[in-house]
Amino acid sequence: MAANMKAVKLRMKSVQSTMQITKAMELVASSKLRKAKERAETCYPYFAELHETLKTIANGNTEFTSVYAKEAKNDKYCYIVMAGDRGLAGGYNSNLFKAFETESAGQDYVVLPIGKKAVEYFKRMHVEILTEEFAEISEISVSGCFEIAKLLCKEFSEGKFGHIKLCYTKFVSMLTQQPEVFSLLPLTDLAEDGKVSDRKDLILYEPDSNTVFDAIVPEYLAGLIYGGVCEGFASELAARRTAMDAATKNAGEMIEKLNLYYNRARQASITQEITEIVAGAEEL
Amino acid sequence: MKTFPLRIGTPDGLLFQDQVERVVVRTITGDLAILAGHCNYCTALGMGEAHVVLEDGTVKEAACIGGMLSVMNGTCRIMATTWEWKEDIDEARAESAKQRAETQLATKDLTEQDYQMAQAKLQRALVRLSVKK
Repeated sequence: MAANMKAVKLRMKSVQSTMQITKAMELVASSKLRKAKERAETCYPYFAELHETLKTIANGNTEFTSVYAKEAKNDKYCYIVMAGDRGLAGGYNSNLFKAFETESAGQDYVVLPIGKKAVEYFKRMHVEILTEEFAEISEISVSGCFEIAKLLCKEFSEGKFGHIKLCYTKFVSMLTQQPEVFSLLPLTDLAEDGKVSDRKDLILYEPDSNTVFDAIVPEYLAGLIYGGVCEGFASELAARRTAMDAATKNAGEMIEKLNLYYNRARQASITQEITEIVAGAEEL
Repeated sequence: MKTFPLRIGTPDGLLFQDQVERVVVRTITGDLAILAGHCNYCTALGMGEAHVVLEDGTVKEAACIGGMLSVMNGTCRIMATTWEWKEDIDEARAESAKQRAETQLATKDLTEQDYQMAQAKLQRALVRLSVKK
């Protein structure tokens, strides 16, 4: 019995220290989350407006001279996948990869991973990687997004791939994060199928559609990537906070159970000792 | 005068959303004014001064750098890289940025990239100062 008690004590200690770690991680995540959430919220209107504007343009576009606007000849896809830098965030990373796998099934594609976990994942899967330069999602700023956008534009206009899609986790609320995939380029991918009517409102481009698209597409890509980074980072922290909160609660429950078990064992051993002493005294 | 809805957004948030009489910005081909009833339109923005005439006639000035302007079904949207209202511009910072860029441009051995960066910085500082003046 004494040996059993010692084992239980040890186990309690280890659960306790795990709980301390998860508790600390939760606190760190929630303090970082406040800032990230603010950033995601200020950026979101721009992100939504930009996407909306380009969608309306795509729906009404009748000029297909620009490489960014016309239908893709190349069937290869480029996915920008935004995952976290670290694990221990519940299902955050795996949910995103699952969404990516369903979306990309049967396609020929390259990826541009953002976030260390994404880089690791695609290396393990032996997927063609465009660049690993942007491995740390927490360090990407607006200018970093412009660099990514420029790189993508260059490769896209050279015809290395025909479609660009963004795969990120939408920050719905503190408790819900939804992985999402949507098209960025070319504009024909953006137009909603049901909405294209026979009668299109003509759009005037000044000086001409080529120049306009050349100027605004990098800007548009950078804006959406930055939006994705902000949302993704906030989602990661929120997921980690929830996961660590659950872990801390579970550890607390475990300690309670172990404590009960320990006390029972202690009491049993005392009772046994007393019985032994009494029995011994009676023998005398 | 007739008004139309204008929305101005930057990565720092949606800065403006209201009915306006007129908006003037500098595009890549030159200054441009948008009035109510404009046809569907799309262009890219350059660097320069911009101003918005509100419903009651007050004029708000701003520095606008990069981005796009679109008019879709009567709604004008400006998605700028930076859009700073005149009262929000930090003059001292712009002044020091200008000087820094100028000293950098004065040095001889600059790589092409550095040169362009410094040039862009100088441009931005000059736009801010000219709005603030």
